[in-house]
Amino acid sequence: MRQQARFINVGERTNVTGSARFKKLILEGEYEKALDVARQQVESGAQIIDINMDEAMLDSKAAMVRYLNLLASEPDISRVPIMVDSSKWEVIEAALKCIQGKPVVNSISLKEGIEPFLYQAKLLRRYGAAVVVMAFDEKGQADTKARKVEICQRAYDILVNQIGFPPEDIIFDPNIFAVATGIEEHNNYAVDFIEATREIKGLCPYAKISGGVSNISFSFRGNDPVREAMHSVFLYHAIGAGMDMGIVNAGQLAVYDDIPELLRERVEDVILNRRDDATERLLDIAAEFKGDGSVAVKEDEAWRAWPVNKRLEHALVKGITDFIDQDTEEARLTVERPLHVIEGPLMDGMNVVGDLFGEGKMFLPQVVKSARVMKKAVAYLQPFIELEKAGTGARAQGKVLMATVKGDVHDIGKNIVGVVLQCNNYEVIDLGVMVPCATLLQKAKELNVDIIGLSGLITPSLDEMVHVAKEMTRLGFDIPLLIGGATTSKAHTAIKIAPSYQHGVVYVPNASRSVSVVQSLISKEHKPAFLERVNDEYDRAREQHARSRPGEKLLTLEQARANKFQLDLTKVAPAPKQPGAHLWQDVDLEVLRDYIDWTPFFLTWQLSGKYPAILNHPEVGMEARRVHRDANAILDLMIQQKKVQGKAVFGFFPANSEGDDIIVYTDESRTVERCRLFNLRQQLQLRNDNPNCCLADFVAPVGSGIADYIGGFAVSTGFGADELAAEFAAQHDDYNSIMVKALADRLAEALAEYLHMKVRREFWGYAPDETLDNEQLIRELYQGIRPAPGYPACPEHTEKGTLWQLLDVEAQTGIQLTESYAMWPGAAVSGWYFAHPDSKYFAVSKIGIDQKDEYAAKKGWSLEQAESWLAPNLG
Amino acid sequence: MTNRSVLSPDALRALLAERIFVLDGAMGTMIQQYKLQEADYRGTEFADWSTDLKGNNDLLVLTQPQLILDIHRQYLAAGADILETNSFNATPIAMADYDMSHLSARINRESAALARQACDEYSTKDKPRFVAGVLGPTNRTASISPDVNDPGYRNVDFDTLVSAYSESTHALIEGGADIIMLETIFDTLNAKAAAFAVLKVFDELGYSLPVMISGTITDASGRTLSGQTTEAFYHSLAHVEPVSFGLNCALGPDLLRPYVETLSGISECYVSVHPNAGLPNEFGEYDLGAVEMAKEIADWAEQGFLNIVGGCCGTTPEHIKAISDAVAGLPARQPKQKTHQFHLSGLEAFGLEW
Repeated sequence: MRQQARFINVGERTNVTGSARFKKLILEGEYEKALDVARQQVESGAQIIDINMDEAMLDSKAAMVRYLNLLASEPDISRVPIMVDSSKWEVIEAALKCIQGKPVVNSISLKEGIEPFLYQAKLLRRYGAAVVVMAFDEKGQADTKARKVEICQRAYDILVNQIGFPPEDIIFDPNIFAVATGIEEHNNYAVDFIEATREIKGLCPYAKISGGVSNISFSFRGNDPVREAMHSVFLYHAIGAGMDMGIVNAGQLAVYDDIPELLRERVEDVILNRRDDATERLLDIAAEFKGDGSVAVKEDEAWRAWPVNKRLEHALVKGITDFIDQDTEEARLTVERPLHVIEGPLMDGMNVVGDLFGEGKMFLPQVVKSARVMKKAVAYLQPFIELEKAGTGARAQGKVLMATVKGDVHDIGKNIVGVVLQCNNYEVIDLGVMVPCATLLQKAKELNVDIIGLSGLITPSLDEMVHVAKEMTRLGFDIPLLIGGATTSKAHTAIKIAPSYQHGVVYVPNASRSVSVVQSLISKEHKPAFLERVNDEYDRAREQHARSRPGEKLLTLEQARANKFQLDLTKVAPAPKQPGAHLWQDVDLEVLRDYIDWTPFFLTWQLSGKYPAILNHPEVGMEARRVHRDANAILDLMIQQKKVQGKAVFGFFPANSEGDDIIVYTDESRTVERCRLFNLRQQLQLRNDNPNCCLADFVAPVGSGIADYIGGFAVSTGFGADELAAEFAAQHDDYNSIMVKALADRLAEALAEYLHMKVRREFWGYAPDETLDNEQLIRELYQGIRPAPGYPACPEHTEKGTLWQLLDVEAQTGIQLTESYAMWPGAAVSGWYFAHPDSKYFAVSKIGIDQKDEYAAKKGWSLEQAESWLAPNLG
Repeated sequence: MTNRSVLSPDALRALLAERIFVLDGAMGTMIQQYKLQEADYRGTEFADWSTDLKGNNDLLVLTQPQLILDIHRQYLAAGADILETNSFNATPIAMADYDMSHLSARINRESAALARQACDEYSTKDKPRFVAGVLGPTNRTASISPDVNDPGYRNVDFDTLVSAYSESTHALIEGGADIIMLETIFDTLNAKAAAFAVLKVFDELGYSLPVMISGTITDASGRTLSGQTTEAFYHSLAHVEPVSFGLNCALGPDLLRPYVETLSGISECYVSVHPNAGLPNEFGEYDLGAVEMAKEIADWAEQGFLNIVGGCCGTTPEHIKAISDAVAGLPARQPKQKTHQFHLSGLEAFGLEW
């Protein structure tokens, strides 16, 4: 129906007077389910939702406010405008005070005369609402065409000419009444409406016409097919006359052309009042069409009846794997070669997914689920393709080689990028983690890839990336290099990596960005312009860096030391209650669930927002809830079936500081050094007379006569995680594979948090009475800190080696250190414990040559080693 | 308040048709540079106040008026045509944090009086300077629940907001504001209440001042905090018939650009923008220099996006000077013709082509 193209569907089911089900839900206080009614309307195509709470048994005002406030937290519903439907002014006004968008009020009229009408119209303007004006005046409701036109014209004149109401915001409802009631005067009601519509539209420029469509078929209650046919025929003619919008059951509109011809003709006779016996003739055949329900089938079943290609697309977009083998098989039988299923319907479906993601209509977790469907379909086809010996598979748009660099084990982000690229028809070859440069570049040559992507999380990986870039130059590569991962940045890429390789180094901030970057780089046509733009950006970044931080001044190490943090020696924490080293072999992971900080988990999935508020975020809330639910299911599996194991080793040792070092003693006699922790000191001139901190400042110095202590710990919940992730990956389930790793990371952080609490309350026991909830723990509202080597307060990674020796970490727990001092398994946390109440986190940031040289001498490093390990702090 | 003539909305529109106006820059980050201590905030009058007052920047109009005047003067010297009053957090609702709700009207009045004084010093016939009385967003949201377990809960309602904003509006006008500006809108329902209050106050006074409306796109999702797109935001407040619609805060000019372009493409009013000096770096400081910022903004002006431009967080008189120089002589954007198209909005805009 072409005429319907600009017709506005107003969803009618969220109306207690029109829907028995909705009324029951509201009366019983089932607001959650009542929200589903609205959601279903929007999903079925309602462009506005009409909300009505006018019911004698209800506090209509309270119900309206409650419902609207809840609706505001449902972005998939509240994206559409609201029509506030009430005959009570106080309900309307209360509703308008809850709506941030521009709604429609349904309705006001001249029923009580001009004064209240004017008062209400002026206020509606002030609340910023459009208005439905009912054709009703002091004499009553308009039924004939003449009365409808007369009242609407009068109202228009008052609104537009007296108070300047914008004419486009006026919507007339000239009253749709039931026809075919058996009462002769009613027979022309539809015609009256249609003709009045035509005339009002001519007389009242920009005003709109609306109406409650289901009234027309009231006499055929119980026979939905006939009612739907009546609605459809009525609308066909009313829209032709200029009707703009209607309150309809959006999921239940028959298509005019699809109505059986006999039924359509008889309905048309009734609507257009073409014969005196029209009602009887419709009644005669009505029973034949009385189905058991409606033409609208619930969508979750309806798609199964679609053509197979459409079903595949639907399964891909919705991430449904239930029928994928069956549908893939069916598609295979319709094509010449199995490969054509991939190249045809599956790729078409993935293109739809890619487009929706690009437009921001799908979120990352949904895309990863789509990839799972795709992989399962491809896996199903694989044996057929091999049987056919058809060659190498679908021609991808380009080949991308990806790896986490040598010394680093973190791969969640890289895996997500891989999945997203595959969804967009790029062939991704993933070499995994800890990939040496030589292997990487050899593979790149061998496989003739189009792009190389590097990922890394810890700071030494940044250096390794520079190394790869230099090697690519030396070996004469000319393909672009992509850079990604948590510690990478545009600035670092521009300043450190890009100058080492001339054929394109592109920083990719997130997975969604990877597609457009790869697209631009693969295209011969766009690549030069794209790289030029990137280079311009980098030039700017370099310029900005070169003269950034005006006023940033480096002190000499001596000056910085003179401005050290002054420790209050009267507040040094008491001796540990349980000194020495402790081992937890098998941590109860169930306990850790309550200590999970979920916010970073959502960030992994590119859903940004603070937990738990993110669950109600207007845009990503629904998806966040879904991912949260899936995460909890995987946690159940990981924990209850003991798929992963958590271990921890920790201990407390006599210690005192000496300058910037912390000396750990063999025993309380404090005569023999067991080991020495080297620390870096802040060297930038700080504002507000802040001290230049060094971790050693938080430990009582040698010679103070105070017996101070330091603690250390290493925990991991990654044992078994890689295996479980691999199991999922083998089932083509990247979604859950990534999920396992992301959750193992969260559990490790939770274990570190939980252990630290136990340490404060029991093992060291300096805060036995502390009671903090998880939110407070996340905000670090406790006494003492647990800085980790490689992070801002002690950024130099090799100090982890000292921690490993002190606690014998590898032998006790199996947590290993790579050559870059990354921990394996990746889901691991380690660090030092400082107990002094004034100890705090800080960032060492930039250090001077003097400190670098002194530190190198202490560590016994060459100049080159020092520059490499301290690179992040040398600027 | 001297006997000045009231600036009518149409008078301001006529001025804006001629050239691009320059708004001032950040107040908060400027105040930070003075490194004020608790005692400075307190002054003598509030020496014994029961709550901490450090950070109560709006209170400085009472305790450090010379300092605020000084910042105002720096911006005027840099070329600002419009000064924003130092009243961003001065509503009774936001002042409740300091137990100072009852002082709200006085602070608003004084903030306007100080800006008035500075403007009067700098105003000339050829370059008149105007005071925009700022109504901030408050620290509560009328359409978002602060309680995750009850998404239907609200900690502020429309009527409370209307009453607070009415009081502040009266006080700003008494103090000498020429314009009322609703800015940094992150929940459109709060802004609708503010606009409701402002229009009510105009009714009570018997005359209207120009209104400026400026929303905040909080991140790259392109939405306000309460979830609306730029278009939806515009249509939700178009009924106020403000002199200008605009965007400010949260983003630097590079990230804000697409939304400025969107707004410029639909707005039947004049368009204002006052972006941050980039995104805060890891130290919470704003890095974008005056020259780069002015360069981007000059391009906006050349594209015809702009009528009023200034700076939000992190900008300084240096930025405003650079911006003022950059847009000087560039043509002012002409508002879109009124089309009588029908628009509604939820979180997204709904329109019907006619």
